[in-house]
Order: sequence, then C-alpha cells, then structure tokens
Amino acid sequence: MKIAVASGKGGTGKTFVTVNLARAINTPVAVLDCDVEEPNSSLFLQGDFVSEQTATLLVPSVNEELCDGCRVCADVCQFNAIAVIAGTPLIFEDLCHGCGACTRFCPQGAITEVPHRIGNITVSVSKKVTLIEGRLDVGKALSVPVIRQVKAHEVAAQHETILLDAPPGTSCPVVWTLSGCDAVVLVAEPTPFGLHDLEIAVETAQEIGIPLGVVINKEGLGDDRVSIYCQEKNIPILGRIAHDRRIATVYARGGMVVEEIPEYQVVFSRIWDEVQKLATAGGKTDV
Amino acid sequence: MKVAFTAAGDTLEAPFDNRFGRAEKFIIYDTDTDTFTVLDNAQNLQAPQGAGIQSAQHIVNSGVKELVTGNLGPKAAQVIFAAGISAYHANAETVAEALAMYKSKALKPLRDANVEGHWV
Repeated sequence: MKIAVASGKGGTGKTFVTVNLARAINTPVAVLDCDVEEPNSSLFLQGDFVSEQTATLLVPSVNEELCDGCRVCADVCQFNAIAVIAGTPLIFEDLCHGCGACTRFCPQGAITEVPHRIGNITVSVSKKVTLIEGRLDVGKALSVPVIRQVKAHEVAAQHETILLDAPPGTSCPVVWTLSGCDAVVLVAEPTPFGLHDLEIAVETAQEIGIPLGVVINKEGLGDDRVSIYCQEKNIPILGRIAHDRRIATVYARGGMVVEEIPEYQVVFSRIWDEVQKLATAGGKTDV
Repeated sequence: MKVAFTAAGDTLEAPFDNRFGRAEKFIIYDTDTDTFTVLDNAQNLQAPQGAGIQSAQHIVNSGVKELVTGNLGPKAAQVIFAAGISAYHANAETVAEALAMYKSKALKPLRDANVEGHWV
C-alpha cells in the first residue's frame, strides 16, 4: 500500500504527519522523502545509515567522429540545451531534461546517453521505519528525476507499506510523487490560506485520479471553513490534530509526538485506520 | 564585417538592450557598407530557458564576427567564444550611441561572461 502525504500550502505539517504515522504503524514501513529540494524527514527519524547512491539524469554525449554537424539534435531539443558551433554540438547539461530526443533522432547515431549527477539517495533504518531520502544537489533545477529514482529504489520495493512525504505545492514534483499511490493524505491548516491551497491540492489529486482524504492540522488555530469545505465536497476527514503547544515543543527538538505524548499515538493510529479504509475502498469512505 | 548590437527596436535610434539572451532584436551592422539589417529574436525572448545559448546560436548563424551588448552570461559566452566571435561591453542609451563607441574603439572587450547565470 502506497500512501502519499501532500498539501497545497507549505508548512502545514506533511513531514510531521508522515513521520508520526510511520512511527504509529506497528509494521515495517518505508518512508520516501520525495521533498528532494529540502528533505527533512531524517531530522525526526534519525536512523542508522544503510546505503547511499547517486541520483542521475541521462544526458547526451556526442561522438565527434560520427557527428556530421547536421543540427538535428539542437532542432529537436525542447529545452534549448544544445548549440551547434562550427559543426560541433555544445551540450549544456544543466538545461537538459534527459528526454532522449537528441539521441533518438540523431541520423548518424553519434549520441549516447551518459549519467550526470544531480543528487543522491540515502537509506537509513530507525526501528521499524526505513527512510529513503532523495536530495537534489544545490544548483540543480530538476527534482523529478530524483523523485522517480527514490520511488523506484529497490529497498522501497521490499516494503508492503510505503509512505511518501511529498513536496509542497501542486506542480510536477508533486504529481510525480502522487502518481501510482493508492491514496493521498492532504494535510490542511484550518485557515483561509490553508483552504485556498487545499482546494488546489484536491483538484490535483482528483485529476490524477487517486482517493484523497484530509487531515486537519493545528485544529483550533483558525476557523471551520476547511471542515465545511470537506463536508460540502464529500471529502473524508481522516483526523484532526490539535493546535497544541506540546506538539510544537516536541517537534521543534526533533521528537516524535506519538512516542512522547501518549494520546497522539491514539490519534495517529486512528488516522492510519482511516487511511487504510480510504485506500482499499477507492475513496468511497465517509467519515 | 558584420557586428551585432542588442536592441529594443528596428532602427539605430532604438534603445540599446543591455540583455543579450532576451534582447528583442539584433541590429546587424555591416562595417563594409555602413548599412544594417534587423534580426528578430522574439522566439528566444519568450524561451522558458536557454535564451542565451539560442540567441548566441542565432547570431552565429547570421554570420556576425563581433558582438556589442550589455550583459553576457556564462552559457551564451561559451557559445559566442566557441564560434570565434569577439564580444564588447557597451553602456549606451541607443544603438547609434553604442555604434559610435564601437567605431571609435572606445569599447572594452569581454574576455569572459560579465554576469552570472540565472540558475546560480
């Protein structure tokens, strides 16, 4: 079962919900930190190092003996990553999206694809939780290939239960994180801003076509418009987490509320029960 | 010899554009005949990325040997210098003003990019 934890707005508590759910589940679970521009699940899971590998993008490499300078590679490149000067292609790896069009269309077969480092993937284990963390290198712009490699990691494939900590927003990195999941948990703050971005996230999940439910975090902070919205749209509310100073205190020093405040073990266990219902019922649960 | 000037218009009175990759037009001035043509750059002006690279390719294809602009980024510079084009930096209001500086050899040659890329 693959469950993504996402939001529209940043800072609503995606990582908070992900790591505490992972701890609350009493079975082996893989957490995939897909927020590769600023991964932070490791701050809370603090596991023992297992392995590290490079995340790469396949970029073109030109065999100048075979190349006749025809410019087809530059013409088919949709990312302006190739110039042809004096009959020789100049490749700009930083602009390449690794689509492979230049390799496929080169009439001379002069282009091969070579791995270009864009980040790394680290595996660590903390009790029953295995964390697979993608991290995009500073200065690199393409997060999606790193996310894809995190999701395809062999250690993830060994797990029945997988939680994906999504990046904020609703653009390509989020779409790639959500694709193929059995359900998505949308974490929302009960504020006007929180509702605005929740609505965009709901539309995104519906467009992808996966079951979704909402966890209201920091309940009591704002108003009840997120609850009203969910009722009107028939969106299940999987749980509510209070705007509780004790949570902030534990979280701010990297602690786990499910371990330090017993009542939250109950809250997160219930959320997990609802998530499982959601994933198995294909989004038809009413809460 | 053809010289390219970055411009925000079709005439010598047009504003000189400090930007290279996202210049609206290039005024291609022929020093042998003292005439000029206009090379449109709208396609690269609107490019999501790689405007400098493709603008450089664009003027290389037009056969220019020298370039007068304001800001030249690292990727554009790589293409310009690979093509053997000499680049000059000008701080001018109009293309005519930059042209006058160029003709009086008052412009400083660019040996490298003089601004950073947008991704760093």
